[in-house]
Amino acid sequence: MLDFLHANLSYILSGISVGGQYALIAIGYTMVYGILRLINFAHGDVFMCAGLMMVYLSTTLPMSVSIPLVLVLTVLLGFLIERAAYKPLRTAPRMSVMISAIGVSYLLQNAALYFTGGLAKVYPTIPWLSRTVTIWGSTTKMVTLVTPILTIVLVVLLSLLIKYTKVGMAMRAVSKDFETSRLMGIRINTVISVTFVIGSFLAAVGSMLYFTNYASVTPISGGMPGLKCFVAAVFGGIGSIPGAVIGAFIIGIAENIIKGGSSIFGFGGSGWTTFSDAFTFALLIIILVVKPTGLFGEKATDKA
Amino acid sequence: MKKKNKAELWIAFAAIALIYVAVAILEQTMDNNHIIFTVLKKGAIYSLVAVSMNLLNGFTGLFSLGQAGFMLIGAYTYSIFTMPTAVKLTESVYKYYEAAVKFDTGIFVGLICAGLAAALFAALIGLPVLRLKSDYLAIASLGFAEIIRAIFQWDVLGPVTNGANVMRNYLDLTDVKIPFTDIPFPPTLYVFLAAGVCIALIVLLINSSYGRAFKAIRDDEVAAEAMGINLFKHKEMSFVISSFFAGVSGALLAMYQYTVQAAQFKAAMTYELLLIVVIGGIGSISGSCIASFLYIAASEWWLRGLDMGKFLGIDAPNLFRSGFRRFVFSIIIMMIVLFFSRGLMGDREISFAGLIRRFNRRQTAGATKGGGIDG
Amino acid sequence: MAENVLRLENVTMQFGGVVAVNNLSLEVNKGEIVALIGPNGAGKTTAFNCVTGIYDPTNGMISFDGKTIVANHPRGKMKKLYAGENAKRYTGVRTVDPTPDQVTKLGIARTFQNIRLWKSMTVFDNVLTAKHMRARQNVFSATLRLTYQEEKRMREETAALLEEQNLLQYASDLAVSLPYGLQRRLEIARALATEPKLLLLDEPAAGMNPQETQELGEFIVQIKNKYQLTVFMIEHHMDLVMQFSDRIYVIDFGRLISHGTPAVVQADPKVINAYLGVSE
Repeated sequence: MLDFLHANLSYILSGISVGGQYALIAIGYTMVYGILRLINFAHGDVFMCAGLMMVYLSTTLPMSVSIPLVLVLTVLLGFLIERAAYKPLRTAPRMSVMISAIGVSYLLQNAALYFTGGLAKVYPTIPWLSRTVTIWGSTTKMVTLVTPILTIVLVVLLSLLIKYTKVGMAMRAVSKDFETSRLMGIRINTVISVTFVIGSFLAAVGSMLYFTNYASVTPISGGMPGLKCFVAAVFGGIGSIPGAVIGAFIIGIAENIIKGGSSIFGFGGSGWTTFSDAFTFALLIIILVVKPTGLFGEKATDKA
Repeated sequence: MKKKNKAELWIAFAAIALIYVAVAILEQTMDNNHIIFTVLKKGAIYSLVAVSMNLLNGFTGLFSLGQAGFMLIGAYTYSIFTMPTAVKLTESVYKYYEAAVKFDTGIFVGLICAGLAAALFAALIGLPVLRLKSDYLAIASLGFAEIIRAIFQWDVLGPVTNGANVMRNYLDLTDVKIPFTDIPFPPTLYVFLAAGVCIALIVLLINSSYGRAFKAIRDDEVAAEAMGINLFKHKEMSFVISSFFAGVSGALLAMYQYTVQAAQFKAAMTYELLLIVVIGGIGSISGSCIASFLYIAASEWWLRGLDMGKFLGIDAPNLFRSGFRRFVFSIIIMMIVLFFSRGLMGDREISFAGLIRRFNRRQTAGATKGGGIDG
Repeated sequence: MAENVLRLENVTMQFGGVVAVNNLSLEVNKGEIVALIGPNGAGKTTAFNCVTGIYDPTNGMISFDGKTIVANHPRGKMKKLYAGENAKRYTGVRTVDPTPDQVTKLGIARTFQNIRLWKSMTVFDNVLTAKHMRARQNVFSATLRLTYQEEKRMREETAALLEEQNLLQYASDLAVSLPYGLQRRLEIARALATEPKLLLLDEPAAGMNPQETQELGEFIVQIKNKYQLTVFMIEHHMDLVMQFSDRIYVIDFGRLISHGTPAVVQADPKVINAYLGVSE
């Protein structure tokens, strides 16, 4: 057992690391879904845009300026998307809002395609995060170790915010009952904006960690992680923040174990890599069929 | 009222016949390499898949995002079935694998099998997925499409699917012959005929008792079930039929492209199709068709200059460079989604009587206005 | 004793810890108009939903036309939670749980308390679609118009049904564009199109004025006689209930508190207490 762990440590370590990065993105999905009942298809692309901003900003500005600037710009982007594409459709059927989200995703991807010329951009090295460390015989980057810790710290802070601040309470109220909260005088639009701001902020942090690991950004590098993080949110029980985090870690680890499938299970050749993405969706379908509310989800009251 | 409907129907038939004649004449008289034929062929194929998506999303109210996956199954089934055995045995396509399918079929059988294979997969996938509600259904069907893509790229299945490599040298549009002769069939007309027959079948279905049952499910599931409509059976039926035609359109796309690769059928393709359906109007067949042709014409032809440095006579190579077309395009789409959310047609069909009425009204309005100025 | 069409035996419906219908037993005989009344929240619609298959009752048996359509005993979580009565009575019985469409196919049609017409369809299509269930065509023959004769017959029947309800003039209007009273009538016509033996009406007179209510009552009697129906309805309008129903069941807090002819029920102090509260 110990030998096995040792031999495959690199897969497990990168699994935990990717899991943490997914968790930061998944929170954005789960919070938006909790409040608006909307799968924010554009969230993965916001994450990609944060990566691209970093690429462009760091060419002219020092790291100490570009990191905060990326955070601010991403937050602004998330805020603007909500105001421009979702707010006008507040009273429209849910399907229209989802279509609008898909449209925004399409727009962001095509904008990125235009500005980058479709080429993969090399992600700048963030000095401290990119340092190589050796743990128990496996070499890895510092970011692998930092990610889970940073994730947990941010999640704890977020939980405190939701539990004790006024806006956090408003958020919980809105996610329980949108209409009643509105009638009770909660400023719905502020709450929704705050949700998008938090989600985008976490996505920006996630993008710094994620792209430090992957080293390059393309216009479509937001798509797959985005979908996976949504799956993580559903897996953990949509609307539940701890659920999204745990779901993300499970998916991150499982995905990396599958990538190392041929060395771990000893057969199958290179085919396993193909399935690391498909696995996520298989997991989604299983959870939706077996327990649609996810691991920690509350039972939805569905009025006929 | 009935007589009027009949007249309307005959006008529609005549208009459609006219379109076919026009296509046939164009193809005989114009240079076949003109971009218009690309638009017509691809537009017809996209019309079919958009209509099949509309059957599901617009008429049955099932928000499914699996269309690209079913097109992929269709395209691959077609290419595997129609690739001549001789080609399969040489190394020209299956370079790294030994082809496992050692027979080949004609184009017609290939198209039907493409549809059937997609329908079969849909039937299996539908069992778990169709029990889910709205957006969960969307994400689960999207997930299944991704799984299908992964399976087709899996190297263990290489002897059948050629792994992640390109499929080619199967029977394409240039191999279509006029029955019982060796004369090649005009390719654009062929695509129009194939897609047209399929769309006609979907229209017939929608206007049948089953189509009404689908709409009842879309409008109110509880009432539909209380009136004796078996929800699961009808949803599954709509899903399978929609997938059948998506499979056929995938096969037609493979014929048109000469080569096909699993990597092409990503979620982005489904999004594109969904946006076409939205532009045309969810629940409108004619809207989907018009939107498909407009979409393809705009992206392949009219807005091409945006990518090539020159557009509407303006020469700005720095602005109009590769990718600008799609960028502008997605902005237009967002405008439609936000401000014209009912699309071109809403949930109505194009009506010639309506067009004439509108035309007349405008004329009389113009006339009175003109009269006003005179007086 | 008359032949009963619908029979509920010890039906209990429990949601979590809440017992919405408790040990309800009743019979509806062939050709009768029976009313189910009770104060708001008494569990009337829940009882209806148990019959129509929307809910699967926690315990009890329901039979229709001599055939058992539901026979349940507390299962799973409900084994422990069950707070109703007669928990053991149906333990040996095989559980049956038909979906609403299967119930409708057996010959039970219903209307809804809050009208549920198909919004995007015309008046004509609303009724025509309800005929889909009894149609014998399959998807291929329907698409290829091989069964156009059946389609033609369905259309003729629909037109006849609409004619009879004085709705034919609205045939090509959208169902939701009709005035409220006509929408109710259309919902009944749609239910009739499924060729039922038993018609369940959930507050058919809701929102109607006394004159409309009176007309509705006469209309119900008229269709009952014409189609040899049995009618079981939930209603709040006491005039309608007292004048037109043969028998009445009264429930309160999910339990049956009284039943009998209108005169008997009207005089029952328990009923008066349930509606007006106990004076102490």
